[in-house]
Amino acid sequence: MSEIKSQEYWRWPEYRHTVPDKDWHNAKIITAGVDVGSVGSKAAVLLDGELYAYSAMRTGGISEATAVKVVNWALEETGLQPDNLHYVVGTGYGRVNVPFAKRTITEIACHARGAHYIYGPTVRTVLDIGGQDCKAIRCDEKGKVLSFLMNDKCAAGTGRGLEVFADLISVPIQDLGKVSLSVDEEPPPVSNTCVIFAKAESLALLRRGWPKERVAAAYHAAMANRIVDLLMRVGVEKDFVITGGVAKNAGIIGRVEKLLDIKALKPNIDPILAGALGAGLFAKALYEKQIGLR
Amino acid sequence: MLAHYGYKDGSGDYFIIIDTDKCDGCGDCVKACPYNVLEIIPNEFDIEGGDMAAVKEDQRKKIKYSCAPCKPVSGERKLPCVVACKPKAVSHSW
Repeated sequence: MSEIKSQEYWRWPEYRHTVPDKDWHNAKIITAGVDVGSVGSKAAVLLDGELYAYSAMRTGGISEATAVKVVNWALEETGLQPDNLHYVVGTGYGRVNVPFAKRTITEIACHARGAHYIYGPTVRTVLDIGGQDCKAIRCDEKGKVLSFLMNDKCAAGTGRGLEVFADLISVPIQDLGKVSLSVDEEPPPVSNTCVIFAKAESLALLRRGWPKERVAAAYHAAMANRIVDLLMRVGVEKDFVITGGVAKNAGIIGRVEKLLDIKALKPNIDPILAGALGAGLFAKALYEKQIGLR
Repeated sequence: MLAHYGYKDGSGDYFIIIDTDKCDGCGDCVKACPYNVLEIIPNEFDIEGGDMAAVKEDQRKKIKYSCAPCKPVSGERKLPCVVACKPKAVSHSW
């Protein structure tokens, strides 16, 4: 029997990174934030509240195991051991399953805090587009949440929806946004209430002979509409930023910006880390409280 | 902080909104709700901790149905949870 090896277009690269020119031996407080998401898990290690090392990988079937794996991977090559971490905070969908976390904090607070770190204190609206849900968060100049809304009822308008679509049109997920922007004219969007409906409609359009770029544009437009709909309930105030894995998709960002008529700030740190970074910063604050510094 | 619990679907907006700055975690709304939609949970947003009211996890995706019996059919009618809350922390989207 012969087998055909097919490419997994939905699979995004897993990675780790250490910030160069930093030495943990000189750090007073070493903390970590672990964000166990529905699709991806992220860990961020912070030295005195500054990002030092991070990793991102897919969440496996057992979130405890992934939580341990993602932290160990972030620590790899740094010489740090899990015991060196003064305080670990867990967040995300699977936050109760992080074995060595001393506290859990909801991902909404962590994303606001992380976005505040990545983009600076001018951030007022954070849109987090995750693997299986989408959150609209309003925050103040300290990164404290003022208002939030989370849509986790349906995966339409989320990263998983894009993964499904990447597979459908056989385009690697990293290129999806670019492909969707390569049309001359925006087609009418597909329906946006459900991933399965949107996929079925896209399939029908492909069968009708639409080029995949045009179908991609219709799918991305539907997602952007849904996301903006959600955002309007909490309102949008400048500066506006997008976090989460989908923040790397130019097709979604471009369309959301166009619908809102507001440009999102450009990140200089990987926006997928916002939740883990926020958790790491809360860990620092909690550790300082514990040892009586504040 | 305004916590929006609920969702938007093809038929409309369904949100219970709790102002956690006003909510003192007393639990009056939990007792007032005839359909067991609300609960008191630890405040995971603030590192100072404390308690706050929230829509139960298993209710968040179906308040369109759970909250329907309290919805005003005609004219103005206040929801039991809204009336019960002394600090006026509870509101809704319909």
